[in-house]
Amino acid sequence: MPESVASLAAVEVDYPGRGRALGPFDLTLGAGDIVALVGPSGCGKSTALRLLAGLESPTRGTVRRLAERGETAVVFQSPTLAPWLSAASNVALPLALAGTNAKEARARAVEALGAVGLAASVDARPAQLSGGMAMRASLARALVTGPKLLLLDEPFAALDEITRRSLADDVLALWAATRPAIVFVTHNVEEAVYMAHRVLVMTSGPGRSAGETVIDAAIPRPEGFRTTARFREAAETISGQLANAMRAAA
Amino acid sequence: MRSLLPPIALLAVAVAIWQAACQILTIPPYLLPSPLQVGAALLAGAPILAQAAWRTLAMALEALLAASLFATSLALVVSLSRKLAQAVRPLAVALQVTPVVAIAPLVVIWAGVDHPDRAIVVLAAIVAFFPIFSGVSRGLSAADPDLERLFDLYEATPLQRLVRLRLPSAVPFLVEGHKVAAGLAIIGAVVAEFVAGSGGAQGLAWRILEAGNRLQTDRMFAAILVLALMATGLHFAFQILEERAIRWWRGR
Repeated sequence: MPESVASLAAVEVDYPGRGRALGPFDLTLGAGDIVALVGPSGCGKSTALRLLAGLESPTRGTVRRLAERGETAVVFQSPTLAPWLSAASNVALPLALAGTNAKEARARAVEALGAVGLAASVDARPAQLSGGMAMRASLARALVTGPKLLLLDEPFAALDEITRRSLADDVLALWAATRPAIVFVTHNVEEAVYMAHRVLVMTSGPGRSAGETVIDAAIPRPEGFRTTARFREAAETISGQLANAMRAAA
Repeated sequence: MRSLLPPIALLAVAVAIWQAACQILTIPPYLLPSPLQVGAALLAGAPILAQAAWRTLAMALEALLAASLFATSLALVVSLSRKLAQAVRPLAVALQVTPVVAIAPLVVIWAGVDHPDRAIVVLAAIVAFFPIFSGVSRGLSAADPDLERLFDLYEATPLQRLVRLRLPSAVPFLVEGHKVAAGLAIIGAVVAEFVAGSGGAQGLAWRILEAGNRLQTDRMFAAILVLALMATGLHFAFQILEERAIRWWRGR
């Protein structure tokens, strides 16, 4: 068993006036694990992500996370780029905040933009990028520090199906290069099966695990993986768990 | 250009009716001078009116600059502490809602009877202060919350957060605040000139007062016309400036 990158152990999060949002909940991430969190709205998926990012503290339980700045990166649902900065300056931001000198930060940002296929848009402003391109720039910004844990909070929710699929392949290709652990939140079962080693279905009120499915296939996925029996079987199992979770929530 | 046509046409019709009414009804010129008489007064008084307009404009711009510096730095300082913001905000509102005419005599006394121009600049600055202060304050807390979380994640220092996130986020609000303040500074300067009521400042308001006291209504109209043109010009100049700034900020 390789050493874990981060973990949540019996964490509970209570929000004053709204009761318990999450927990008790456990999640252990090995190096290079890709875990998908699937569940109804308000099941605490995003809360779990914020705990791992250190943006929130649990009411009870233990969060173990990477201590160094830049080891954990987050991609939000919207690209969250600063409109007044070029793509390169946006991507260089995490480095600039860490005190890296401007020249080196820009060189690494340009490299990261190249890795997501945006080499031609280095000096473009976010307003000049399409939705998919802006999301890629956001991904480049997350990867520019070489994180060991990448947290994606419904990163493709606002994109069309074709862009979603190509971004999913891009994420997996990028993962293969540096193998960070990835936790991503999604509402899309097929996307979860396609991208993750493990799919965790969560139920709400308060958020807990309602089942875990291991997807045993190489990443990046082999050609035609979406049409294999294994893919459909996993998707059906997870859809069933999700339907139960939804019923429990209603 | 096409958008200029309707207001010009409307104005032309109104002026024609006005001219016709003056001639047909033989209105005495001290009550309502005809447009032609106003035009003549405008031409005759052009050098004096231009000088007066420049005086008023200069005082308003000085006031705008002072208000900008003071309001922006106060908004910055206040943004550092919630307590401070809570303490300052009601005072700023009180200053805003108190009519400038009411404070004017006090400021005139403090500035000294020999320096009405100082009093005018201070009063116009008081009027111009609030939109800038309020705009910058709002802008500094209007940053994208996800970007704020990103700055949390990368452990940005308060200074980094201010310089790299909150100040740039405030730019559109800052520009808008200055546009509103520019218009108010002109109004403030004119009101203050009236209240100061002395020829020391020699601005447009003084020309209006002077002509009014002598019942030279055509010269009053001429001065009012120059004032309206100046204020409109300033408004559009700031409008263009705002559009340019926003386009640069947004990157398109």
